[in-house]
Amino acid sequence: MANFQINDQDSRTGLHPLKFSLWLIIISIIMMFAAFTSAYIVRREEGNWLEFELPTILLVNTIVIVLSSVTMQLAHNAAKNNNLGLLKVLLLLTLGLGTAFLIGQWYGWVDLVQNNIYFGGTGSNPSGSFLYVLTGVHGFHLITGLVFVAIVYFSSLKYKVHSKNMLRIQLCTVYWHFLGGLWVYLYIFLRINH
Amino acid sequence: MSSTDISINQDVHHVHEEHDHHHDQNFFQKYIFSLDHKVIAKQFLFMGILWAFIGGFLSILFRLQLGWPEATFTFLEPILGGWVENGKLNPEFYLALVTMHGTIMVFFVLTAGLSGTFSNFLIPLQIGARDMASGFMNMLSFWIFFISSIIMFFSLFLSTGPAAGGWTVYPPLSALPEAIQGSGSGMTMWLISMALFIVSQLLGGVNYITTVINLRTKGMSMTKLPLTIWAFFLTAIVGLLAFPVLFSAALLLIFDRSFGTSFFLSDIYIAGQALTNTGGSPILFQHLFWFLGHPEVYIVIMPAMGLVSEVIATNSRKPIFGYRAMIGSLFGITVLSFVVWAHHMFVTGMNPFLGSVFMFLTLIIAVPSAVKVFNWLATIWRGNIRFTSAMMFAIGFVSLFISGGLTGIILGNSAIDIQLHDTYFVVAHFHLVMGAAAFFGMFCGVYHWFPKMFGRMLDEKLGFVHFWATFIAVYLVFMPMHYIGIAGFPRRYYNWTGFETFNIFTDLNTFISIAAILGFSAQFVFLFNFIYSIFRGRRATENPWHSNTLEWTTPVLPGHGNWPGEVPTVYRWPYDYSKPGAAEDYIPQTVPFSQTQSSNLPSERDFE
Repeated sequence: MANFQINDQDSRTGLHPLKFSLWLIIISIIMMFAAFTSAYIVRREEGNWLEFELPTILLVNTIVIVLSSVTMQLAHNAAKNNNLGLLKVLLLLTLGLGTAFLIGQWYGWVDLVQNNIYFGGTGSNPSGSFLYVLTGVHGFHLITGLVFVAIVYFSSLKYKVHSKNMLRIQLCTVYWHFLGGLWVYLYIFLRINH
Repeated sequence: MSSTDISINQDVHHVHEEHDHHHDQNFFQKYIFSLDHKVIAKQFLFMGILWAFIGGFLSILFRLQLGWPEATFTFLEPILGGWVENGKLNPEFYLALVTMHGTIMVFFVLTAGLSGTFSNFLIPLQIGARDMASGFMNMLSFWIFFISSIIMFFSLFLSTGPAAGGWTVYPPLSALPEAIQGSGSGMTMWLISMALFIVSQLLGGVNYITTVINLRTKGMSMTKLPLTIWAFFLTAIVGLLAFPVLFSAALLLIFDRSFGTSFFLSDIYIAGQALTNTGGSPILFQHLFWFLGHPEVYIVIMPAMGLVSEVIATNSRKPIFGYRAMIGSLFGITVLSFVVWAHHMFVTGMNPFLGSVFMFLTLIIAVPSAVKVFNWLATIWRGNIRFTSAMMFAIGFVSLFISGGLTGIILGNSAIDIQLHDTYFVVAHFHLVMGAAAFFGMFCGVYHWFPKMFGRMLDEKLGFVHFWATFIAVYLVFMPMHYIGIAGFPRRYYNWTGFETFNIFTDLNTFISIAAILGFSAQFVFLFNFIYSIFRGRRATENPWHSNTLEWTTPVLPGHGNWPGEVPTVYRWPYDYSKPGAAEDYIPQTVPFSQTQSSNLPSERDFE
């Protein structure tokens, strides 16, 4: 642990420095996906682009991840109101929905492979590979999000998440909403560009 | 998430401070896995110096080949082994040398070594913070950089050699192991190393920005910040926005190389056989690469600008000329750095109209750059100049920045670029304006802040020897390159004696190589001075340069936490040098206006 603890009162913006850092990390993730999606558009304009149907399960996944954002927010509110029993249930629910989303994405890939849309190798086209990259890199970040939710869940078991100790769950909520929002953006982007 | 459990620890917090001087830390906690920003800064500095010598040595190797193309280098066999065959440098190894020289210098020395050292060292000290926002993330940043360094260093010793496709690693050359040896495992390691490097830089950058925004001491408003901090702050923002894009590009290239995708590959025939890859676009890589690649040159130069501004003001004993204009021009450079990337791609067959847009935006950068140069010169103008080694390097920086910057205006023109693209003119331009200039900025910083880092002074006489030898060598190396560049001499050619046109430049190339060897040798003077002075240098006082900024109010060797007591409060901007009516020719930022009534300006009376 650092020797010099930092708290909200020390901070110039009134925002906890770690929360501020989290926003900066989110900006860098946004830049990464901005690069992918603009590369997608630029590449598509050049032609030789395989058009195919998006797997229908992606819509289901989108609904699942939006729901998980709702449960995460409710968990945050429960912690704020010191409703610790509900907090644990809602965190577990968020974990479950997040995992369900990942499994759904996996089935999206299975669906793609069945339609002969491959990530690489003979017969693959960047249009398919881009879809794998976008979902894959998002999925990777979602796994980091799940790990974070799990950390919050385990600290809630030790009664370390409550109205006087909100930082951890606040950070987690912001990150989780971001990951959900990022997927909604990607889904709309893919819908428009298909 | 080491320090998330923080807000309830408020009471504990003060206890920690009191125990500051005698908390038990073993050797590893104190010097290796340290959370102290000053130790991390020194770690970055040592790594940077190590890399600079490796990178410099590689350049000497290829300068030998260029300067004496007919000679045999059997004496290199003990070092290079199989890369020297019958005394001749292997052509593919030559390409690897050029690639690794570029990669090492741009990323490992001038990004990690420069920002890593001085942002880490100066941000908390100059804004009055006890440490970075997250010491743990800061430590992680260094150690990820360290792992990335090890991977890159290891790739130098592969039997197929390190990456050899140029530091820009354009596909398809870099994507196909069949193309050159260097695109084999050397390139894989390059990509892994760079991916880690980016993660390290992002962790560092997030910390720098958060610290500057959130942890400034009482009274330290954004308009009272030293220009160093403004430069580091904006550099970190540029890095935060640009590096993720390089990460995306590297990731797609990794997929193309190892997973059979075709993002950058299409219609390629090797020995008459078509590859299966279809639908990719190598130009797409260039767009993604240069979207980072161009801001990267500002990531390299802006910290140097900040260090130089501070050193010039201190040693001219004058307020910096145009403080707000300096900040404004840094802002201008930050914004413009993101909208000029395609000037590296004028000859890729891009739309000429688009080319003229990028040309226009590129030439606008001359405006903030000129503002900065004007302000530095105006600060020195009629100053009471103290020619310390740091000041010499600062002035050298301005000189190199002007010489290199002027050719930027020439190169920015899309029509002239057709002739000059990929010639030694480009090499001369960027080595002067960002290579040598950024190095001078870094030296200037090392000479100036060495007393705060190690509590001892660097030897000034050796500093002068180092300065003059380096300064002269840099000009002797790069000025002739403009000339052969205009004549069309291409970069990255292993052997040019076969071309009638270029044969006449043999003597000039030999001359450049001798100058380069001289310049490289001069760095050993610095190395000796640096190592000797850490242990045996003259002991420094608390404020040896009579400087105004906060770091000089700490003890000679600040402990973790920087100030033994309260963090000082700031009352004024950092450039009150030679203020009329003041008792001394400097007034530190911590002196309130009530104590300096004789020198207060009418507008400052209200603060008394």
